[in-house]
Amino acid sequence: MVDVPYDTVAGIPPAEVPDVELYHPRSWWTRYVFSQDAKVIAIQYALTASAIGLVALALSWLMRLQLGFPGTFSFIDANQYLQFITMHGMIMVIYLLTALFLGGFGNYLIPLMVGARDMVFPYVNMLSYWVYLLAVLVLASTFFVPGGPTGAGWTLYPPQAILSGTPGQDWGIILMMSSLILFIIGFTMGGLNYVVTVLQARTRGMTLMRLPLTVWGIFTATVMALLAFPALFVASVMLLLDRLLGTSFFMPSLVEMGQLSKYGGGSPLLFQHLFWFFGHPEVYIVALPAFGIVSDLISTHARKNIFGYRMMVWAIVAIGALSFIVWAHHMYVSGMFPQFGYFFATTTLIIAIPTAIKVYNWVLTLWRGDIHLRVPMLFALGFIITFVNGGLTGLFLGNVVVDVPLSDTMFVVAHFHMVMGVAPIMVVLGAIYHWYPKVTGRMLNDALGKFHFWVTFLGAYLIFFPMHYLGLLGVPRRYFELGDAAFIPPSAHSLNAFISVVALTVGFSQMVFLFNLAWSLFKGEPSGGNPWRATTLEWQTPETPPGHGNWGKELPIVYRWAYDYSVPGAEEDFIPQNQPPRATRAVQGAAS
Amino acid sequence: MAVALILLLVAIGSVLFHLYSPWWWTPIATDWAYIDHTINITFWITGFVFVAVIAFMAYCVFRFHHKEGRRADYNPENKKLEWWLSVGTGVGVAAMLAPGLVVWHQFVTVPADATEVEVMGQQWQWSFRLPGKDGRLGTSDVRNIGSDNPLGLNRDDPQAQDDVVIENGDLHLQVGKPVKILLRSVDVLHDFYVPEFRAKMDMVPGMVTFFWIKPIRTGTFDVLCAELCGAAHYQMRAKVIVDDEGEYHAWLEQQKTFADLSPAKAVVKATYQSGGK
Repeated sequence: MVDVPYDTVAGIPPAEVPDVELYHPRSWWTRYVFSQDAKVIAIQYALTASAIGLVALALSWLMRLQLGFPGTFSFIDANQYLQFITMHGMIMVIYLLTALFLGGFGNYLIPLMVGARDMVFPYVNMLSYWVYLLAVLVLASTFFVPGGPTGAGWTLYPPQAILSGTPGQDWGIILMMSSLILFIIGFTMGGLNYVVTVLQARTRGMTLMRLPLTVWGIFTATVMALLAFPALFVASVMLLLDRLLGTSFFMPSLVEMGQLSKYGGGSPLLFQHLFWFFGHPEVYIVALPAFGIVSDLISTHARKNIFGYRMMVWAIVAIGALSFIVWAHHMYVSGMFPQFGYFFATTTLIIAIPTAIKVYNWVLTLWRGDIHLRVPMLFALGFIITFVNGGLTGLFLGNVVVDVPLSDTMFVVAHFHMVMGVAPIMVVLGAIYHWYPKVTGRMLNDALGKFHFWVTFLGAYLIFFPMHYLGLLGVPRRYFELGDAAFIPPSAHSLNAFISVVALTVGFSQMVFLFNLAWSLFKGEPSGGNPWRATTLEWQTPETPPGHGNWGKELPIVYRWAYDYSVPGAEEDFIPQNQPPRATRAVQGAAS
Repeated sequence: MAVALILLLVAIGSVLFHLYSPWWWTPIATDWAYIDHTINITFWITGFVFVAVIAFMAYCVFRFHHKEGRRADYNPENKKLEWWLSVGTGVGVAAMLAPGLVVWHQFVTVPADATEVEVMGQQWQWSFRLPGKDGRLGTSDVRNIGSDNPLGLNRDDPQAQDDVVIENGDLHLQVGKPVKILLRSVDVLHDFYVPEFRAKMDMVPGMVTFFWIKPIRTGTFDVLCAELCGAAHYQMRAKVIVDDEGEYHAWLEQQKTFADLSPAKAVVKATYQSGGK
């Protein structure tokens, strides 16, 4: 690891691990359905996550209809509204973003980018997807059980979550907990795979400090998830026991609908600590893969090496580590021991430093670049703006005393949507435009892509930027109707209506994207193996889409870091990672 | 260059929106203006960074977008620049954190002369309790709650007898007097939220939480619940009225104490039980 990352002269170590024999599918079923090929599993993960994500999108429309035009839609009542916000939040954070970044992009890109034939445990990898699918089905089933899905909010705070004043107390909450437990089991199987593959299955020459930042982001996020999800796991099991067996882990003596309940002696705050010990790292589990991917999009499309690669790697690791000691900044007004505020405000604001370094390095990568404003690059620029905006409002909410008036208002809703909703989704969309040619062998339509970008980026900004100011005014979140309140002027209702109209427009514009995905699959321009002229290994496969085993007969050997763009003297403006130094010198010789 | 221009307009538009937005915080009614000042400092620093980063990015897009024959520079690192940016960011962060922590210290340090008031939340209404002539609130327990004892006061506690109990009504406070607001819940999480007060805190069953305020102007303010508490969360409302001294005492005189509210029989029975043990 001491070698300078862009040094191309370092020797190539001999292979430590012999090439393994892969499982070869023998039928259509084992090739496309019960497949052990990470690329097929990745597509299965991505399609499942997108399908349930569309449900979450539809739920957001229903919420916005109610918020923008209260009293207009008789088919939405207060209970349903709470069920919509709960399911929307839970699906977006866990079943869409976590699954898509780690299960989708992780599965597809890790083996290709590190030069492996597949994940190291293909069978467990397959199980991971099927358990995830089961978790999604259990989650979706709550829409059809008596009482409907839980309306406890995605944070599922007890005592409310399991008492009768909350919708979905009957079946919804039980199935929600069961689904989370399944999700975590499935994720753990996949996550172990990603970590071991990155650590053990890199091809010759692929040192850790030559890994593309995409792999660093997904790898660190996976390590974090393996450490954070157990906290949610135990919280889910304990809450399920409180609900089903009448234990009192989180339940103090309390009155339920006028009657003294059977509970006693538990602590509601304990659940919040467990939930956020998972929940805060979860933010970065979604953000770090996005950080990694966007670094590679910017570098590739600006034809320039990522600025400060080593600093970028250490920033990812530092953010990952720090994110485990900031969880209680979600609990400043929870009633926890007040002196905690000093510690958690300090750690939270310290995280801003490595995060800011990443932002500086992205924009400094653009400096003196050769910026191709193709669709993935546009989404990367959109990511930077929304991420900077959402990150900066995090400095309000992380600074304990500033959080006091703003917590539980629309400011919080606007902040987290900007920073972990819009920003990562910008990256997801940019990444799909970027890697779709590798997955399918065809380009996505450029004009539709640009239309999709501008409507999505500008629309999302118009939705969430003004929303902060409703929060400053004091408008609380999770309200079915604002009702009469002297401090809320009529103009605030007009703003809500405006936001709803924009939200519906942005939502429907995603249909253009879905159409593009389907149409280009058959009619898109053939892309060839490396349409963006990128350096990383996934673009150097012998076949596109890559075949079973990825690399044909010989694994690639890596001679250089992932960012040899526009190297002075080289003929092309990129040098693939697997191009030997001698060949470069020959090219240089020919050029001079 | 259209893309660069749009990016720049996003930054400029955001600043203009901030300056001209009709939606801004409510006129403050307590002396927590320190919190507003800290928010303002944060707005200045973050606003500067936001505009600087986006303007730089827009300039790069304008200046370095692809043209025939352009070739990017190759500069992997610049230790000095990265170091200076880190230090600068650290200074900016400290400039926000330091005042924040100072004000937090004030927030968690209740003045000795603060009187106590209790707010109790239940699905989905507010109740209030003020100390009686003895100036102290009696003990309570959720297990004492019954139809004639909505706050679960301890009948055996003499200090509870003269406590003023307001079930599902409005709270009055006296202007200029610091008050420590004790928060209880009988069922689920709630949050006593008055936007004009700035301060708020969750109410947790099984615990007593608190915050303190000093009202600085009279008026009537909406109380909302700021922590999701079930189906009718959005309807859990009350009013806080900040009175001057005369009005406040006139109001207080009219309120019923716990002893007034308790049916005589229950009191006798309670006395008998405790005496019999």
